[in-house]
Amino acid sequence: MKYPAVYSTAAVLLFLFLWEAACRYYQVQDFILPVPSRILTVAITRAALLAPHAGVTALEVIIGILISLAVAVPLAVIMFAHPSVEKALAPFLVASQAVPVFAIAPLLVVWLGYGMASKVLMAAIIIFFPITVNLLQGFKNCDPEYRVLFQLMGADFRQSLRLLLWPWALPHFFAGLKVGVAVATIGAVIGEWVGAQQGLGYLMIQFNARLQTDLVFAAILWLSAMGMTLWFIVGWLEKKIVRWKFER
Amino acid sequence: MLRIVNLTKHFDDLIILEKFNLTVPSDGFTVLIGPSGCGKSTLFDLLTGVVPKDSGEIVWEQRRMNHLGRNAAYMQQKDLLLPWFSLLENALLPARISKTDMVKSEIKARKLFRRLGLAGFENYHPAKISGGMRQRCALVRTLMFDYELVLLDEPLSALDAITRRSLQALLLMLQSDFRKTILMITHDIEEALLLADELIVLTPAPMRIRKRFALTSPKPRRMNDPFLVELKERMLELLQEDAGLIIR
Repeated sequence: MKYPAVYSTAAVLLFLFLWEAACRYYQVQDFILPVPSRILTVAITRAALLAPHAGVTALEVIIGILISLAVAVPLAVIMFAHPSVEKALAPFLVASQAVPVFAIAPLLVVWLGYGMASKVLMAAIIIFFPITVNLLQGFKNCDPEYRVLFQLMGADFRQSLRLLLWPWALPHFFAGLKVGVAVATIGAVIGEWVGAQQGLGYLMIQFNARLQTDLVFAAILWLSAMGMTLWFIVGWLEKKIVRWKFER
Repeated sequence: MLRIVNLTKHFDDLIILEKFNLTVPSDGFTVLIGPSGCGKSTLFDLLTGVVPKDSGEIVWEQRRMNHLGRNAAYMQQKDLLLPWFSLLENALLPARISKTDMVKSEIKARKLFRRLGLAGFENYHPAKISGGMRQRCALVRTLMFDYELVLLDEPLSALDAITRRSLQALLLMLQSDFRKTILMITHDIEEALLLADELIVLTPAPMRIRKRFALTSPKPRRMNDPFLVELKERMLELLQEDAGLIIR
């Protein structure tokens, strides 16, 4: 496909057009389902209200990503270097995903309070799994012939990690990170729903209670924009760092 | 001189090598040829220490050792260049890992690049060049090890006929100009006849020496040499017999 962006843009525009047309034709009230043009207008005109809260949510997500990276990368390396550690930690890793974040959100608020910490941790928990699992898989996918080559060159584990395993696993790492950042906002917003005084999740609860559905959608639009921006930043970084993957 | 004495390797009930003996003279070009699965590559794995031997001796320059380790450079069928490094960086990997003087190593690598017709491509990445050039770069990396003994496991088998011929000339240069002792595995009888000082035909597993041929005619050789043509026929017969293709 030569111009994939054209197709995706056309699909989005068609969806929005059908939404707008259906709402206007059936005269759906704004508090039930506002038209896209109204949502866009509100998202822009009420930017002064939404932006500071979006900033708080964005900060929670970014700190969550950084914490996830700080834990997931060394953990994946340790699990790869010591398969016994992987076997020991596997049930915890799976459990961390099997338990719905909705279930632990109230507990985190109780433990860490109504401030930013509980939301950051929620985001971190969501991102942590795809990064760890993808990175570990990337290390494992390294062609054994290359590993033998490094063994014959007398490389120690650190040299193999730096020169072979890490670059080899980078495409997997970025695949995990893309998934992570795309869903990171979920963790932060759920945390804000449960108990917060700031953030887009907090605003959504407030607007929803007042039947200001257009503002709820505007907040969702801002959240979507945030998630997509993060996704594109990671994609851009991937193209810069994993250049060889795109050179073929 | 490399001496292999009573080398034995079993994989469970499968006997790959049983008291295998071989002598490879210094500065010589010895070629091993045998049916698929006879254990040629396992022999190299044992020599390099990738796989541990069950019993037997490996003697290099009158020193007994478990495996050749850092006494032999090993070049495989795949070029095994790292796509994230330039050709020069790939060639410098052995120096980087063994922490030798990088300035001197780079001067040496650049000389080898010129010698092997890769000058001007030092900063190219492997994805941007042909298979033949990649294999030449792998040869530079092999030479960067600076070991007297070079093990070649079908290094040219993945290349087209014309590229293969030009690289055969480079392999001869490896022997004549760099004074290397070469032990090569190939499936290509003509290649073996063009390059070898001694040609060893192997039996199916458990691998034994079926026949040795000394080739004293000067190099470079041509395949229209009547002696080589006759020898090729005899070797084909030997190999077909082992493969059960000749019914007597």
